Amino acid sequence: MTTSQIFFGYFATVMTVLSLLVVTRKNPVHSVLWMLVLFIHMAALYLFLNAEFLAAIQMIVYAGAILVLFLFVVMMINLNKEETMPKFNSQWPVGLGIGIILAGFLVSIAGKITVLPELGKYSIEAVRAEGSMMTVGKVLYTEYLLPFEIASIVLLVAIIGAVVLAKKRIE
Amino acid sequence: MVPLSWYIILSSVMFSIGVFGFLTRRNLLIIFISIELMLNSVNISFVAFSHYLQSMRGQIMVFFVITVAAAEAAIGLAILIAYYKNNPTIRVDEINLLKG
Amino acid sequence: MLKYTLIPLLPFISFIINILFGRNYIKDKAHWIAVPAVAGSFVLAVSAFFDVLGGHDVNINLYSWIASGDFTVSVGLLIDQLSAIMLIVVTSIGTLIFIYSIGYMHGDGGYYRFFAYLSLFVFSMLMLVMGNNFLVMYFGWEAVGLCSYFLIGFWFHKKSAGDAGKKAFIVNRFGDFGFGLGVILIYLTFGSLEYMQVFDKAGSIAGQTINLLGYDVSLVTLICLLLFCGAVGKSAQIPLHVWLPDAMEGPTPVSALIHAATMVTAGVFMVARCNPLFSMSPVAMNTVAVIGGLTAIFAATIALVQNDIKRVIAYSTVSQLGYMFLALGVGAYSAGIFHLYTHAYFKALLFLGSGSVIHALHHAGHHDEQNMQKMGGLKKHMPITYKVFVLATLSITGIPFFSGFFSKDEILWRAYLGGDLGKFLWFLGALAALLTAFYSWRLIFLTFHGTFRGTHEQEHHIHESPPVITVPLMFLAFGAVFAGYVGVPPIFLKHGDKIGEFLAPVLGHPAGHGTHAEEIFVILVSIAVAVGGWLIAYKMYIKSTELPQKMENRFQWIHKVLFNKYYIDELYSKTLIHPVLKASDKIILGFDTYVIEGIVNGVPNLIGAFSRKFREIQTGMLSNYALVMAIGAVCIVGIWIFLK
Repeated sequence: MTTSQIFFGYFATVMTVLSLLVVTRKNPVHSVLWMLVLFIHMAALYLFLNAEFLAAIQMIVYAGAILVLFLFVVMMINLNKEETMPKFNSQWPVGLGIGIILAGFLVSIAGKITVLPELGKYSIEAVRAEGSMMTVGKVLYTEYLLPFEIASIVLLVAIIGAVVLAKKRIE
Repeated sequence: MVPLSWYIILSSVMFSIGVFGFLTRRNLLIIFISIELMLNSVNISFVAFSHYLQSMRGQIMVFFVITVAAAEAAIGLAILIAYYKNNPTIRVDEINLLKG
Repeated sequence: MLKYTLIPLLPFISFIINILFGRNYIKDKAHWIAVPAVAGSFVLAVSAFFDVLGGHDVNINLYSWIASGDFTVSVGLLIDQLSAIMLIVVTSIGTLIFIYSIGYMHGDGGYYRFFAYLSLFVFSMLMLVMGNNFLVMYFGWEAVGLCSYFLIGFWFHKKSAGDAGKKAFIVNRFGDFGFGLGVILIYLTFGSLEYMQVFDKAGSIAGQTINLLGYDVSLVTLICLLLFCGAVGKSAQIPLHVWLPDAMEGPTPVSALIHAATMVTAGVFMVARCNPLFSMSPVAMNTVAVIGGLTAIFAATIALVQNDIKRVIAYSTVSQLGYMFLALGVGAYSAGIFHLYTHAYFKALLFLGSGSVIHALHHAGHHDEQNMQKMGGLKKHMPITYKVFVLATLSITGIPFFSGFFSKDEILWRAYLGGDLGKFLWFLGALAALLTAFYSWRLIFLTFHGTFRGTHEQEHHIHESPPVITVPLMFLAFGAVFAGYVGVPPIFLKHGDKIGEFLAPVLGHPAGHGTHAEEIFVILVSIAVAVGGWLIAYKMYIKSTELPQKMENRFQWIHKVLFNKYYIDELYSKTLIHPVLKASDKIILGFDTYVIEGIVNGVPNLIGAFSRKFREIQTGMLSNYALVMAIGAVCIVGIWIFLK
């Protein structure tokens, strides 16, 4: 067992446990906080995979912006009533079964991934020579320019939509 | 060296946990968080493939997933708030306007 | 290629623009689109005509319309000598009538609609004559029928107009059914619908028979008779002629364009187009000739006593169409087409002239504006209309050296040469010519001569129509007088029969030769009946005007039969329409109550019962829906895994 495998074992275990914690906490604030820890672990895993820029984005956008948005919403909503309710709905055994079966199926597929197609030109050395950010940027602004622009429109729509929806009571 | 399939297994397990949370929780906020969890688990497999195939496409895809996730969270939470202003509840089993 | 495509396309574009934007934007400027479009078609048609004259036939496939297994049909254009002449007739008369309509339809609420339909009609008619296969012809055939229906019922708020439109449509259905069967049989027989392929193979089916209800029938005869069914309907021959006189409920330009000059001649065109088939079947040819001859005389007798100015001309049209079929039936295809061509001009002129009269009387506050018994003495009020009317009448009655003389004489001469049956048909034709001369002059004398039989107030207000109406009349008058000079019989001028020679590649040369003496005899008879008809009419309606009344009292029975059009409408009403209506009433009562109502109420009840059960699965709970979705996703992944 190599060092990297040990590290991966640690991350995998912790992340699985954290995921379970996220979906099982009664108080949403706790869920969000466990999510934060999970995201930090995920960013570390990205570093493992030579995606430094993505690791930074994961921290800044997900942990820094989206989770904070969730926390804001939790604050705006009166949760006292929810505290008294059972956390799971009546169909939870079926849901659990579905989750386990799905996991089993997906894991069984994962074991079958053996044949890899031809490798691309972005080897670890190539990426390191130029820097992760530059490599990503080059691909994003050339090959994926149109999707990039469309993504910006999606964000614009989201901004406008959020403002309109949250502005006033819907009659 | 860590095999690719380990990442995929991790991603699958996290995804399934997300599905479980989405299907069983009553609290709308946690359902949203479960969605985020599922999106993130998929991101792991994207990045892993990107690394093992030495291609940039996986990483680029993650950018777009993050973008869509951000938009989705913003809109979803806005809807949640708008709904909450009318009916002060975020329990999905009390939200049944679709009932036939 | 584009040039030829544009010929039908320009009117179609005009139709699209007018129908889409007419109501709100174009309104009373519709003619600014329609008239240039059809005039453009005319210019292109003339150019195409000269191409054909120079020996460049066109046969192009524009695109593949239907391709299903071995069955392929293209939308293709064929411009040869026959269609070139038809193109000229349709577009030239179309242009003049479009211009005329500007004045005639001025101020009508449906002005844009009128031009839209007229444009659609011209497009359909052009497709009919230009198509290079039977299916395109069938398309045009049905489309002109549809336009005719639209335009007969153009003033749909008038019940009689709506009824006339329906009648035309339904009566045509009988004919078109046969035509459709004929086209199908052609495909079954020849495996193709293209004219060229069908006519090339036509010889191979000579003598073949087909078993029909236990009788062996000659295949080619059956095809021809089925096709001829369509022609009988479209060209208003006995026994399906009843719709055409009623079609006069439509606006007069429509009567002139569709129900005199172009659409009704589609049957003639179709038979001429299929001449390789018809020529192979003497039975079919004789049928065509006899139906034509009988129609010619039958319609002419009805026209003798009608009082509605447009109806007289309508029956005259039926009668002249009979002449054309007579010519086709005796194998003189080019004579038939020649008469079609000259007839188009003088008949359009007669209609537009009568339209001018109706227009003037209408504006003078005349309430019975189409009744000739209430007219008279219009000569001094409407000099131009009167003059063109006289020219058209000289032409239709066959006074020598007007265009109708040449074409009618050619038909009679060809009929005369056609054996025993031909002699009989010639006799019918000559008799019909006498009647034609009589009723045509009767129309003129009643309308324009004598004294006005309305009020003084009305007479005071009658004026000549504006130039937008009279100018097209003058152009048409020019055509009515001189159009016939393309077909001067060789007896007057060697190589005078230009049109016959021009059409010969498509239609062949008529068989039969006679002596000069016989030909001169035929011509003299024609002249004699033309002049005779005029003399009788002059005697009865100018000299001793009490004579018609006397004769009516004397021959009351005949007059009644003729005036009521041989009671054909009543006969159809009693034998066909009434029983059908009665039977359908009964059927509807039973069928409607139990079957239709049962279905109509039963289906919703069933769905209601089901949905009351099924709506219970619609819990409205987000998590339930998500669960079902997730189960579905898991199943898909599972199937995928187990199939691997």
